[in-house]
Order: sequence, then C-alpha cells, then structure tokens
Amino acid sequence: MAATDPAVAADPFLPALYRVARTRRELADTVTLELLPLEGVRPDFAPGQFNMLYAFGVGEAAISISGDAAEGAAFVHTVRNVGAVSGALARMRPGATLGLRGPFGTGWPVAAAEGADVVIVAGGLGLAPLRPAIRHILNHRRRYGRVVLLFGSRNPGEMLFRRELERWRQRLDVEIGVTVDHADPSWRGNVGVVPSLIRHASFDPHEAVAFVCGPEVMMRFTATALLAAGMGGERIWLSMERNMKCAIGLCGHCQFGPTFICKDGPVMRHDVIGGLLSVREI
Amino acid sequence: MGTNVTIARDGLQALIEALRADGREVIGPTVREGAIIYDAIRDIADLPAGWTDRQEAGRYGLEQRADGALFGYTVGPHAWKQFLFPARETLWTMRRTGDGAEVTDGATPASRHAFIGVRSCELHAIAIQDKVFVSGPYPDTNYRARRADAFIVAVNCGQAGNTCFCVSMRTGPKVEGGFDLSLTELLDDTRHDFLIAIGSEAGAAIMQHVPHRPATAADLSAADSAVARAAAGIGRHLQTEGLKQALQAAPEHRRWDEVAARCLTCGNCTMVCPTCFCTTVRDHTDLAGNTARRVREWDSCFTLDFSYIHGGSVRHAPRARYRQWLTHKLANWIDQFGTSGCVGCGRCITWCPVGIDITEEAAAIANAPAAAREAHHEGA
Repeated sequence: MAATDPAVAADPFLPALYRVARTRRELADTVTLELLPLEGVRPDFAPGQFNMLYAFGVGEAAISISGDAAEGAAFVHTVRNVGAVSGALARMRPGATLGLRGPFGTGWPVAAAEGADVVIVAGGLGLAPLRPAIRHILNHRRRYGRVVLLFGSRNPGEMLFRRELERWRQRLDVEIGVTVDHADPSWRGNVGVVPSLIRHASFDPHEAVAFVCGPEVMMRFTATALLAAGMGGERIWLSMERNMKCAIGLCGHCQFGPTFICKDGPVMRHDVIGGLLSVREI
Repeated sequence: MGTNVTIARDGLQALIEALRADGREVIGPTVREGAIIYDAIRDIADLPAGWTDRQEAGRYGLEQRADGALFGYTVGPHAWKQFLFPARETLWTMRRTGDGAEVTDGATPASRHAFIGVRSCELHAIAIQDKVFVSGPYPDTNYRARRADAFIVAVNCGQAGNTCFCVSMRTGPKVEGGFDLSLTELLDDTRHDFLIAIGSEAGAAIMQHVPHRPATAADLSAADSAVARAAAGIGRHLQTEGLKQALQAAPEHRRWDEVAARCLTCGNCTMVCPTCFCTTVRDHTDLAGNTARRVREWDSCFTLDFSYIHGGSVRHAPRARYRQWLTHKLANWIDQFGTSGCVGCGRCITWCPVGIDITEEAAAIANAPAAAREAHHEGA
C-alpha cells in the first residue's frame, strides 16, 4: 500500500486507514467512535488536539479527540451529526473503515497548569475536547490546586457524558457545577447559562488557569466572566472552531484574524485572540 | 553568474529550442481570446509580437503597438501560479477492498517547466507562494517538486500598466533576483536585441546553446533606461506605511459597507491574484461507489461556503468577505508569512467587473482610521 512508502508517507494530505472498533451512542445525534489503525499504532496526542476524519466518498472533517491520551490503543472521537461528513461518521458501525490524518493543532496546557487551580468551563459538545484534559488532570490530581468543572447544556436530555459526569461528581477533590439553559420536569439543578456559575466557583483568580470550550458566544461570555473575576487573559485558554479543509495551514479556510486555527490553535490564549471574539463575522 | 550578455531576436528562438531540448515544457505569453495568457509555446512566433495591453479598473484590451516588441505588455489574467499550484489537482484516490480500503497517491509526475517572460512582480509572487507552501511545518510536496524543477526566464518591464503599483510594494519593475535568466528587450529603429543577465548555473548552462556576445555599455544603459521608463510610468500607488496596523484596527470601518455595496463577491480578484492560495477539496466518486478521488481546487474567500461551519457561514455579509480578503492580503499576511500578500501587479483592479481598486480601498481606511461604523456587535 502506498502509505508504507516513506516518500509518500511524508505527504501530509494522505490519510492513514483506521477501523471503527467500538461505537457508543451518547445522545440522539451524538456518537463516540473508537478507532484503531489498520497498520501500526496510533500516534501519541496531546489533550485538545484534533484529527481530520475522512468518510469514504463524502469528505473530511476536523474532529477533536475526546479520549484519554494515556489510555488505550484507539483514537476516541465524539461526533455530533451536523452535516454530511459528521453524519456519515456518526452512522458508522463497528468494522467500518475510514481515513484519518493527525493529530494536529495545539493542546490544553496541562503541564504548564501544574501547581495552579484549574477552572474548566464547557458548553454542550465542548466537553468532548476537554475530556482528555479532565482525564489527565484527574489522573494526576495531586499536581494541581483546586479543580473546578463547570458544564452547561441546552437541556437535561442533551447532557454529554452524563454517567462520567456523575462519577466525577462523586469525587471529593473536584468542584462540579452543572447547568441547563432549559429545564424539564425531572431537572433539579441549576438553570441558566454556564458563565453565571463562575462567580460561585472557588478558585484563586490570580493563580488559576481556565480551559474553555463551547459555542463561540458561550466562550466570549465565559471569558468576560473570568476576566471580571480577576483572571488575566493570558491564563484563559479557548478552543476555537472554523471551517477547515487541510489542517496544515495551506487551505486558508480556518483563518481567524492573523491566526490559523489549525496550526496556531485550536487551543489559543484569550489575550492573543480576545479582541477578535467581539468582531462580528471576522 | 551575474554576467550580462546580449542576444539577437533570433537568439530567443535558440533559447526556446535549448530549453525544449533540455526536456522542458516551455510556457510563455501568447495571445488568445483577446488577452495575453500563459500557455505552452514552441516557437518565437507564438509570442505576442507587436501587441500591448490597455488596462484600467474593470477594463482590459489588447492593442497593436507601433513596433514589434515581444514583451511590450504588462500582465494579463494569467499568473504562473497555475503551473506551480494547479487550479485542480488529485491528492489521492481511495478504493474499497474486500475488508477495508487502500489509498494511492494522486500526484502526477511534475512537468519540467520553463517559464519565459516572468515579471518582477511575478517573481515576488512566486517567492511569496514558496513561503506559504514550503516554509511551514507541512510543506506541500507537489508544489515543492514543481518549483524545484522550474526554469525561470524573467523579463524586465519596459513599460508600466495603468493598474500597476509594484514600485509601492517594492516588487519591481526591475528584476532583482530569483531567476535563471533575465531578459531586457532592447528595441528601436536600428535593433531588436535582448540583454540577458545570467542568474544561475542552470541559466549559464542553457546559454551555452544560445548564440550571444558580451553586453556593451550601450546595451546596459539602454536596458536601464527601459526599466526607468517603466518605473516612471507606474499607474497607481499604495501607501504601505502603517497600513497593516490601520487595517487590523479597523474591522468596523464604514468603508467596508461602502465597498460591499459595489462588490459582487464574484471572486475574480482571488482567481487572478498571483499569491492567493486558498483551496477546497471535493470527492469524486465512481458510479459504483467503490472509488473516491480526492481533488483539491482553488477556492475563494468570497464564497459563502468558504467559512461554513454547522449552522451557517461565519462571513455571511459581503462586507465581512471583502474585509477578510483585503485585510488578509495587506495586513494579516505579514503576521503569517513575514511579507505582504500583495505584489502590486494590479490584476485584481483590472479584472474586477465593477472596477474596485485595492489601492483606493486601502487608502480610504488608512487615511481615515477613526471612521468606524456604528457599533455592530452582538448584544451583550
């Protein structure tokens, strides 16, 4: 096969072939896929990085890695069916073959955050790219100060990783706040947007580091709340999303001001990109 | 290298033949459908002898010259980009097999090109695309192979176009480097010769097959005055000092609305631009659904699809799309690649169907930085 030729393997556009080993339905439109390479072992990755997943004949999409970086032989991706490619990926069954390029992009600064309080703020599917960082931090819990996880969903039925969230909640060394935009009769928790949880969370704003991922409007208001709490923009990290065709800085699609989300991001510092977040249609 | 020699008009024929004998496909200017375009040439007769172009914002036309100059035009709708970075290219093909799939590389063997008639602005455009495609952590291997194999015969401009502004961008009109050979056309009532500067060992090797004589002081001074004439005739000017900061600080400038009222978002400017590098990818599948060919194509930031993510396009309004193009080209490019993305060739001005002039739009923002539109932010 061509991919074994080193000259060809150097072509960053060529995907490696992976097989769906397991699938798990998370929500009505969201599936977690475990992907094993047909040849060799999966490359190492950093929490926060993404892969380009290719569905045969349909196309390629940038999907963040949602699995534990230190565990298992598979790449784990959580995919929501929002278009042709993500729909084809979300419908894949065990045994299906797909193309994969990656990992690409910057990760959450889990090593640099050691010794500090960590505030993790997720909105909706934004919990998926944060999960590798959460797993890492909980697996090395003593290296960090206070750990706060704040998570908002549209409604209780769309709450991602709910069982895992319950397991995290049972730990005494993590402060967890969960909220929904719209409650249903079964819901007894917070109602409101996730930034509203920040002022109730206990962390040292001058020492803490924040990891934020969710819809762009949610990240903007979360950053505003964190700044209001006294946190510096250089301690707030956001995971950005834009249309992406190549993931290697050549196609031009993911530009966000002077940055390329694929190679300067997706995880970027608020003091670097914060000014752009308030510009419409940038 | 650095040597100057002189050849007669016939010597150019010998040069084309020597490049072909070297196994190269020779690409040069030729007249087709009322424009000077770049295509395969076999003979000096293919060159646009006696033609010139008249360009204005939104206008282009060919006219007969009084003389028989071979390079007496400026630049047309084509750039050399199409040969180094084809508009459509197969990246790879995937075939379903019994228990999976296999991938084969789609790269076609790079043709060994020789380009004849590369202007100084175009040499700078190629150097800019080198930075985009080769200098990053993931070089484009196909581009790199084609670029390494290209033999470049540059030509000094003897006249300027109305939409040119290379002097502002410090990209011309004099060819300074990045060529194997460079030509200056020496044409008057008594002679039709070319001064040749040899810029590389490959250039020196080819010249062994081309009859030439040492350049005289008179040849050199005639060449200098031809280039000086072009520099003096430059049609437009772009004030670059402080422009990057002005553009990056003005995403809400009123001028974006004004230009968006004229802009058709057709993307012509991006298609004729010699540095625009954006692409998209499409899958071409066979009827049985067993083979998928992944094809990369030039794309334009003026399309709605360009910025589409689930839920809609990020840059929906024409003002946002024009702003992205101009701000990227003249400002963000400098952060990304250490150089402006503009070489002052004027193609985007000439080929804009409504004659939008990048120099005018940039100046409008740089000269009135405070003219912000009313706050247009999402509610807080």
